[in-house]
Amino acid sequence: MTLIYGIATGLVFGFLLQKARVLRYDKQLGALRLKDMTIVKFMLSHIIVAMIGVYLLQDLGLVKLSLKGTALGANVLGGLCFGVGWGLIGYCPGTSAGALGEGRIDALAGILGMLAGASIFAHTYPWLKSTVYTWGDLGKISLPGLLGLNHWIVIAVLAVIYILTLRFIERKGL
Amino acid sequence: MQDNGKPWSPYLAGTLSGLLAVASVLIAGKYFGASTTFVRAAGLVEQGVSTELVQTPYYLKYALEMDWQFLFLVGIVIGAFLASLSDKSFKVQKVPAMWAERFGPAWAPRAAAAFIGGVAAIYGARLAGGCPSGHGLSGLSQMSISGFLSVAGFFLGGILSARMLYGGGKK
Repeated sequence: MTLIYGIATGLVFGFLLQKARVLRYDKQLGALRLKDMTIVKFMLSHIIVAMIGVYLLQDLGLVKLSLKGTALGANVLGGLCFGVGWGLIGYCPGTSAGALGEGRIDALAGILGMLAGASIFAHTYPWLKSTVYTWGDLGKISLPGLLGLNHWIVIAVLAVIYILTLRFIERKGL
Repeated sequence: MQDNGKPWSPYLAGTLSGLLAVASVLIAGKYFGASTTFVRAAGLVEQGVSTELVQTPYYLKYALEMDWQFLFLVGIVIGAFLASLSDKSFKVQKVPAMWAERFGPAWAPRAAAAFIGGVAAIYGARLAGGCPSGHGLSGLSQMSISGFLSVAGFFLGGILSARMLYGGGKK
């Protein structure tokens, strides 16, 4: 059943990504060149809705959060490494699959690269584990937890910041 | 940019996608993510070559089989395909328009850049513990500190990389 949920959810998600045109190289590079913020509009809309929805359901005891651990060195260096690669490939792991679906076959070269990269990662992991991963390992922490504030206060502030960011983008015509 | 179909507003599609993510957590207990699947897929290929290759701690952390996320990615391919058929925006394209304008229409340089970029992107995503789906959408929805740090890295690295390729300043 889990597998059926997986494919059904992916199907709708892929449909939405394609309809908003966020799968395309030109849109992804458009954002990184600060010229076309379509993907940022999509991401922030998703995040505002999901943030409120997930925390609401958590307060009702219906769902559990699944925080990824924070390790300063790994998050920052890994994030930057991903970013540099992202600028070259022009797709992220999820959108590369969708881009292939709408016929952008350059995504295939990117997918092969990602498989190679995953293999290299798996074989260098033992070394990373004893070095980068030990730098600033803070465990599973969230912003409300770090600030010691009720999560709804932080959600409200973040939602306002995100909406102001979107308004700024619209005003600049991006 | 020329677009023959009728694109949806990214605000509408993003909002629906957010609702979909909440429903997924409620019904299946699954948060969106994509990059772990590349580990599983690479592991499956290596396992096919020799089972000794996958006797390494990182592959042993994961069951090398198709799971929810693997099927989620398969679903994305099909969903994007159907969406592009529905408004006739499906197009077999070897080189994206923006790339062709800057570097010409040749296929090989684009494929090489995509391959090398793919290696760096997934290496970074696995080191960071997620990609723009796992850290971006799911991480920021949960206000995880790892999400904020990683997404800042994604965009900072990406903006630098795009500037090196396309140059800065010129608008």
